[in-house]
Amino acid sequence: MKNFHVAIIGGGVIGSAIAWELSKYKVNTVVFEMGSDVASGMTKANSGVIHSGINSATDSLKARFCVEGNKMLQSLSKQLGFPLKMVGKYVIAKNEEETKELERLIKIGEDNEVPGLEIKDGSEVKRKEPNVPCYKALWVPTAGIMQPYEFTIALAENAAINNVNFLLETKVKNIQKKGDNFLIKTNKGEFQSQIIVNAAGLNCGEIVSMLEEPDFNVYPCRGEYLVLDKNYSNLINSMIYPVPPKELGVLGVHITPTIEGNILLGPSAEFIDDAEEKRTTKEMMKTLFNEAKEIIPTLPEKAVINAYSGIRCKLASPKEGGWADYRIEESKQTPGLINLLGIESPGLTGAPAIAKEITRMISKSIELKTKTDFKTRKIIKKRFAEMTAKEQSDLIKKDERYGRIVCRCEHITEAEIIQALSNPIGAQTLSSVKYRCRAGMGRCQGGFCTQHIVRIMEEQFKIDVNKMKLKSPDSNLFDGRTR
Amino acid sequence: MVEHGRKMINLNADVAIIGGGPAGLAAAISAHENGAKNVIVLDRNSWLGGILPQCIHDGFGVEETGTSMTGPEYAEMYIKAARKKGINFMNETMVLQFDKNRKIIAVNKKGLHEIKAKSIVLAMGCREKTRWNIMIPGDRPSGIYTAGVAQAFINLYNIMVGKNVVILGSGDVGLIMARRLKFEGANVLGVVEILPYASGLPRNVVQCLDDYDIPLYLNHTVTYVKGKERLESVTIAQVDEKMNIIPGTEREIKCDTLLLSLGLIPENELSKNVKIELDDLTGGPIINQSFETSLSGVFACGNCLQVYDTVDTLSMDAKVAGENAAKKSVKQNKFINVKAGKGIRYVVPQRINEPGKIHFTLRVEKPCESPTLHVISDGIELLKKKLPWANPANTVEFDIDISAEVVKYKDLEVILDD
Ligand SMILES: Cc1cc2nc3c(=O)[nH]c(=O)nc-3n(C[C@H](O)[C@H](O)[C@H](O)COP(=O)(O)OP(=O)(O)OC[C@H]3O[C@@H](n4cnc5c(N)ncnc54)[C@H](O)[C@@H]3O)c2cc1C
Ligand SMILES: Cc1cc2nc3c(=O)[nH]c(=O)nc-3n(C[C@H](O)[C@H](O)[C@H](O)COP(=O)(O)OP(=O)(O)OC[C@H]3O[C@@H](n4cnc5c(N)ncnc54)[C@H](O)[C@@H]3O)c2cc1C
Repeated sequence: MKNFHVAIIGGGVIGSAIAWELSKYKVNTVVFEMGSDVASGMTKANSGVIHSGINSATDSLKARFCVEGNKMLQSLSKQLGFPLKMVGKYVIAKNEEETKELERLIKIGEDNEVPGLEIKDGSEVKRKEPNVPCYKALWVPTAGIMQPYEFTIALAENAAINNVNFLLETKVKNIQKKGDNFLIKTNKGEFQSQIIVNAAGLNCGEIVSMLEEPDFNVYPCRGEYLVLDKNYSNLINSMIYPVPPKELGVLGVHITPTIEGNILLGPSAEFIDDAEEKRTTKEMMKTLFNEAKEIIPTLPEKAVINAYSGIRCKLASPKEGGWADYRIEESKQTPGLINLLGIESPGLTGAPAIAKEITRMISKSIELKTKTDFKTRKIIKKRFAEMTAKEQSDLIKKDERYGRIVCRCEHITEAEIIQALSNPIGAQTLSSVKYRCRAGMGRCQGGFCTQHIVRIMEEQFKIDVNKMKLKSPDSNLFDGRTR
Repeated sequence: MVEHGRKMINLNADVAIIGGGPAGLAAAISAHENGAKNVIVLDRNSWLGGILPQCIHDGFGVEETGTSMTGPEYAEMYIKAARKKGINFMNETMVLQFDKNRKIIAVNKKGLHEIKAKSIVLAMGCREKTRWNIMIPGDRPSGIYTAGVAQAFINLYNIMVGKNVVILGSGDVGLIMARRLKFEGANVLGVVEILPYASGLPRNVVQCLDDYDIPLYLNHTVTYVKGKERLESVTIAQVDEKMNIIPGTEREIKCDTLLLSLGLIPENELSKNVKIELDDLTGGPIINQSFETSLSGVFACGNCLQVYDTVDTLSMDAKVAGENAAKKSVKQNKFINVKAGKGIRYVVPQRINEPGKIHFTLRVEKPCESPTLHVISDGIELLKKKLPWANPANTVEFDIDISAEVVKYKDLEVILDD
C-alpha cells in the first residue's frame, strides 16, 4: 500500500492549485481524480471570468479569496504560460432604478478594495461598446478572462513535474480513519495518507459522509451557455453583465468574450436534483438567446455554434436565496480532514489564494520544507500557428513533425499533438488533446483531425482502439475492428 | 529550390492547384493539356484522390466513362493520367494562405514554401456539417460522428464506430453508410430526415435502405441526445410543414451511435482570407463562365465551388476550370449577374463577362412535377424549357448562347414555374 502525507480528492482547479502549491515543498502528495483528466468537473464548464470582487459580501471568504486570487493570477499567467486578458467588464443599468444597484455594487467593491470602479454614462459606454445600449454602466477594469482548463492543466502538470502523483480514473469510494492515518479505498487499490483535502466539488458532501455525518447539503444548480462563432468576436470588447437578479445568488445571463475569440452567452440558473444532469435544453437555449438580446439587440441567431452547461455546487437552497459563503476548514470531528465546501463562483479566480490558505492549514500538522529543485515549465507554449515564418522554418528543420498539419482548422501540427499526448499526468483522451493544443476545436469540430489523432494514438502511443475515449472512463469511441 | 533570408523554399508554377481530390486532379490534367508546363498539385493528405479512397462503394464514373467504378478506382484513373503527364505532386503539404498576387505559403516536413503561381485553381473540397450546425440539445457523449468520419474509420482504418446506429439526415453519405454498417453487422435502427423527401439520390434510397429494410423516417428529426459518457439514446419527433416539432410525437430510441449526414459545406477559409467574394447560397466562390473567381487569376472547381451530386459532372467542370487557368485570365471589370429567382436555390456561374455558349448548373428549391424553367434578360425570354420533374437532390444543367448584346448590360434571371 502506498503512503502519502497529503491526499487531495479532486483534480479540479482547486485540487490542482493546492497540488501545485504543495509541490514547492518536500511533502509526498497524491491527487485522486475520478475523471480521465484534470478539469473534468465544474472547472471545465463555467464562464472563465477572472472576477474582481464586487459581487461578494465584504468580509466573506468569497470576497477575500477573489480579490487575492485576482491579483495573483496575472503573475501566474506569465510564470506558468497560460493566457489571460484583463478585458474589464461593464455592469449595465437600463434605467434610474437599476442605477441604484450599480451604486450598491460600487460600495461593496470599494469595501473589498477593488480598484478603478467608475460609473459611466450610456453615451460613453456606446463609444467603447457600440452594440450595447444602456442608461449607465459600472466599469470594472480589474475583471478579466482566461481558459479555466488551460489554467488547471498548467497547475497540475507543473505539480506533476515536481513529483505530485496524479491518479486519474481513480475514484475514492471509501475512507476510514486508522489511528493518525486515513485508509483510502479506490477502484485502483488502497492508499494511506495523514491528511485528506476534500476538493471534490459537487461531491464534497459525499466525501465527508464517508467519515462523518455532514452538517450541510449541496444544492446543484445548472448553468447553460451558448457559444458564438469567432466571426462575431467584434460584437463586444469587454464583458457585459446585467445588474444581478435579486434571487438565487447568481450574476445573471452575461456576455463574455473568450481568449479564443468566441463569445459566451449565459449562464442560466436552474436548481436540479441530480448533479450529473449536465445537459443543454432547447427551451433554455431560447431563453438565453432572448436574454442576451436584451443586452445586445442586434445579436444574430446564426452566430450560435455550440452549447454546454456546468453545475454549481450551492450550499444555500433556493428557499434561502442561493447565496452562502464557502466553508474552508478542518473538520472538528475528524482531525486531518480539510474540507472545501461549496466552492462555487468565484472559485476559479480564488483558487490560487485558496491553495495558499490550505497550505498554511497543512503546515500546522506537517512541517513544510521548501524544495531546492523546484521546476517551472510554461505549459502552453506559443503555438506553431502563431509563430513567424522564421520560427516555423527553424522548428521544422529540427523536427519535421512540425511540418505536418493535423488539425486543419486551427493549424495544429503532429509535433504538438504528440506533446499533448505525452503530458506528465498521463491524460490521453481526445478531449485531453483538444484542451492541450486546441486540435478539434475549430469549425469542423474534429471532422478531419480525429482520424489522424487516433492514428497517432495507435501507432506512437500503442493505445488499443477499444480503450480510446472521448473524455471520461466510459466514453469509448469505438467498438472493435471491422469484420 | 532556392533558400533565402526568411528560410522559405521558393517555387514557381504556371498553375498551382490547391487540393488533390478528383477536382484538383482533373483540373491539373486539363491545365497541362492546354499548355501549362509547370503544374503543381498541393494536398495536405499523404494520398491523392481527396475523399474518394474512403468511398469504396461503386457507382463512380458512369456518366463520364460508361463503366461503374469504386471511388479508389476512379481516383486511380486520374492519378495515373496525371502522373503520365509529369504533373508535380506535393503531398502532406498544407496551404496556409495565398495573397492577391497569387503567392502561396504552404508547409510540409521539408519546411515552409513560397510558391509564385501564374494562376491558382481552388479545389479544397468540402467539410461536413456537425451537430452544432443544427444545435441538437442534450448531453455531450461519445458515439456521435459525422457520416464521413465514420466512413473513414470503417473503410480506411478498419475501426467500427458502434453497434446500434441511428442516422440523422438522408444525404448520400448517410445512405451509403447505412448499408455499409449493415454489412459490418451493426443494427441500423433508422434514417431520420426532417424534410418530406430524402435529400440523397433516389437510387441510393432504394439500394441502401429499401433493399435492407432500413426504415426512413421522413418529417422527423432528432430532438435530444442522452448519455453521460457514451451515447445511450436519441429522441426523435415528427415535425409539421413549418418544421416545428409536433408535441406528443417524441419517441426515445436506444442506441450507442448517432451518425450525422446533414450536408456538406464548401471549404473556403483560404478564399475568405483573401476576400474572394463568396455566394451565400452555394457556400463557394462567385465565378464567371470561365470558373474564375472575383480575384483575377484564381479559379475554383469541385466541391469547394458547389456541392456536386456526382463526381462525374464535377470532374467535367473541373477540366474546364483547369483549361481556363492555363490560358490567360479575362479582364473582370465588366460583367452581368445571373440571379436565382423564384423556385431556384442557386445558379452557377453567378457572373458572365464574355458572350458565347455558357453552361449553367442550378438547384431548385423543392421537388416538383413538370415545371418550366425560364431564363429572362430584361423582359426577354432567352430560354424556356419544360422539365419532366425537378428535385433539390439533383442539379439541373443547361446551355445558352449568350449574345454580346446581353453581356453588355442586362442581368439574367432564372426562375422555375411549377
Ligand atoms: C456555471 C458556472 C459558472 C462559473 N463561472 C465562474 C467564473 O466565471 N469565474 C470564477 O472564478 N468561477 C466561476 N465558477 C466557479 C468555478 O467553476 C468553481 O468554483 C471551480 O471550478 C471549482 O473547482 P473545484 O476544483 O472545487 O471543483 P471541480 O472542478 O468540480 O473539481 C472536483 C473534482 O473532483 C472529482 N471528484 C469528485 N468526487 C471524487 C471522488 N470520489 N474520487 C475522485 N475524484 C472525485 C471530480 O471528478 C472533479 O474533477 C463557475 C461555476 C459554474 C458552475
Ligand atoms: C464524407 C464524404 C463522402 C462522399 N461520398 C461520395 C460518394 O460516395 N459518391 C460521390 O459521388 N461523392 C461523394 N462525396 C462527394 C465528394 O466530395 C466528391 O464526389 C468529390 O470527392 C469531391 O472532389 P473534390 O476534389 O472537390 O474534393 P475532395 O475529394 O474533398 O478533395 C479536396 C482535397 O483538397 C485538399 N485540401 C483542402 N484544403 C487544403 C489546403 N489548405 N492545403 C492542401 N490541401 C487541401 C484535401 O485534403 C482533399 O484531398 C463525398 C463527400 C464526402 C465529404
